[in-house]
Amino acid sequence: MGLEAKLNKDGFLTTTLDAMISWSRKNSVWPMPMGISCCAIEMMASGDPKYDIARFGSEVMRFTPRQCDLMIVAGTVTYKMSHVVKKIYDQMPDPKWVIAMGACTSSGGMYRSYSVVQGIDQFLPVDIYLAGCPPRPDNLLNALIQIQEKIGRTKAREFQDSLPELPVLQNN
Amino acid sequence: MEKLTKDDVHPKIIEALLGAESNVTVDEALENEMVLNMGPQHPATHGVLRVVLRLDGETVVASVPELGYLHRGYEKMAENMSYYEFIPHTDRLDYLSPMANNVGWVLAVEKLAGIEAPPRAQYIRMMIAELTRIASHLVAIGALAMDVGALTVFLWTLREREKIMDIWDVLCGARFTNSYTRIGGVANDAQPEVLKSIRWFIDQFEENMDECERLLNRNRIFIERMDGVGVISKEDAIDLGMTGPSLRASGVEYDLRRAQPYLFYKDMNFKVITYSEGDCLARYFVRADETRESVKIIRQVLDNMPKGDTLLNQPKKVLPKKTEVYSRMEELIHDFMIVNFGINPPVGEIYHAIEGSKGELGFYFVSKGEGKPWKCKIRSPSFVNLQSLPNLIKGHMVSDVVAIIGSIDPIMGEADK
Amino acid sequence: METKELVVNKLKENFSDISFEFSEFRDELSVSFDKKHVVKICKFLKEEPDLEFLLCEDVTAVDWAKRKNRFTVVYHIFSLKHNFRLRLKADIDESDCKVDSVTSVWKTSNWQERETYDMYGIEFNNHPDPRRMYMPEDFEYHPLRKDFPLMGIPGSLPLPKK
Repeated sequence: MGLEAKLNKDGFLTTTLDAMISWSRKNSVWPMPMGISCCAIEMMASGDPKYDIARFGSEVMRFTPRQCDLMIVAGTVTYKMSHVVKKIYDQMPDPKWVIAMGACTSSGGMYRSYSVVQGIDQFLPVDIYLAGCPPRPDNLLNALIQIQEKIGRTKAREFQDSLPELPVLQNN
Repeated sequence: MEKLTKDDVHPKIIEALLGAESNVTVDEALENEMVLNMGPQHPATHGVLRVVLRLDGETVVASVPELGYLHRGYEKMAENMSYYEFIPHTDRLDYLSPMANNVGWVLAVEKLAGIEAPPRAQYIRMMIAELTRIASHLVAIGALAMDVGALTVFLWTLREREKIMDIWDVLCGARFTNSYTRIGGVANDAQPEVLKSIRWFIDQFEENMDECERLLNRNRIFIERMDGVGVISKEDAIDLGMTGPSLRASGVEYDLRRAQPYLFYKDMNFKVITYSEGDCLARYFVRADETRESVKIIRQVLDNMPKGDTLLNQPKKVLPKKTEVYSRMEELIHDFMIVNFGINPPVGEIYHAIEGSKGELGFYFVSKGEGKPWKCKIRSPSFVNLQSLPNLIKGHMVSDVVAIIGSIDPIMGEADK
Repeated sequence: METKELVVNKLKENFSDISFEFSEFRDELSVSFDKKHVVKICKFLKEEPDLEFLLCEDVTAVDWAKRKNRFTVVYHIFSLKHNFRLRLKADIDESDCKVDSVTSVWKTSNWQERETYDMYGIEFNNHPDPRRMYMPEDFEYHPLRKDFPLMGIPGSLPLPKK
């Protein structure tokens, strides 16, 4: 963000700059674990010594949204919880990506009932859907590698600074 | 830091919070009290629990827990599917000890239908229930230590748990949420290599548990953070309905494996661990010692396991083996009838409870003679244990709240159903 | 079994004016009575020194859908002294959906009764904290009633915008 986002043409300087920035972004993706139910346990297991997630650059799983790029929604999202998830997604700074982990977040899973949201893409833009109930930690690492490849292909000018619209105050 | 507005917290919760009786006196009381929201998403990984606190400086004056962020409608779904179809759902109730929930459900349905599984299946069920208890207590101890600040212990206990999950992977094909038990027995026999690897695991488990405990038991910081924090007396604990390790840490010797024995627990030789202080440290010690008792039980089960079938031969109630379904006519018809119409137990109602890792897990069925239950109630231990939270955290500081929640060890999948 | 006869005899002796219905299924004893005597009987069962039913395990309700008394409130209590479990039942009609709360006898029943209110709509008199338990506060229906569909009523729970 900043100067490199304003460069428009695809010259030698911009493509090298893009490659450098996206290389550094993809090798240090800090996930924000939105651990709600059973999938959260497999997410914890992907951080333990056997399926180490730290070797992919996700050294810390920060629980504060202000410092993360990737939100892993792990667990069944109910209508009551959906407002909380959306609030936390809004608090994350750009650029940000979302992994929908497990069957419950992709489509409601095995819970076809009155209080479960049938798929979080009804209120969040999702980048990768993971199948499984719960998906094995190897599966989550595969999703992380695919997100890293996706980040590697981004260009810096896709993330323009957008100023929020402030209400105009009038002093009469 | 966003300011808590009226839209975030429903007015009825604020009413309950301000109206709660509080006999807490602070030495230098400030003029205003603060309402703090320990929201549904917080790092003390116990799930989606929201606690709204009323603070005077750093001391908690009153609190109101709010549940329902993971309410998935289990009881309504159970009324619409047969007893067999619900077995995978029971895995996700207390998702840290999935096999114990399976065993509880299947035992309750067998009691209703009036059948009993063969002895080898019952021994296998006992073995997996105790392995599950070890796995669940490992995570509970690890998470509690991590919340208090000892991060290494969490990784060491998870390493032990991975060994158990590898055993389950070979036994039934899934690491986690394995719906292994069936009505009338278990899904498949335990292979000899699984029994060998369980024996190897329990032989090396005690030393590793000692190593983890050596980091904590004489650690000055750990003891000062947990000793005397969150004390609950014996009478209050029984009155509030707590069961499981939290009740046994307050001096009440109530264990369903002794009081109302199920499976073959009356033949097993084990001690019921009880401590009398009732604080967080006692709850931690109860869990650590219970893993050792479970190792003793598994050893006895492995030594005395009888040979025989693992699935009862009763065609009207028990699904037949798949190889016979594909080759013989009667088994095909029984399979069709049971899958489509259910097992049709007699009219009546029962309540059956087992000792899960968190306490007493009970199932209450009302049956009208059909394949689906007319009503199914799941009595979950975490729900009832959480009710004691406002009593426990009154008068303590905000950082003690985390230690107390960790020592009660609630699992929201079970508490919210 | 001794404890069963002890309980039956004690109840009949001390409450000779109330009509009980005892039933047994799979070795479990259930007692049914009229709903206005709930608090009296529960207090007696808890405080009588021979019985001591100190642990209240569960409070729930059953919806019978098309019967005269539509709901039945069910209590499961346990005696640590005798290792004996007892089930108490009281019928409620839909037109007068109220019953007295037993929070004065056992504190466990606080949250259990709130859950029963949330799921079935049965109100408990003298309850210290009559709020909903699981569903959001402005939800208008009671999910576990038999006339509420499994997939819910569309629009009853709001979702955030994308």
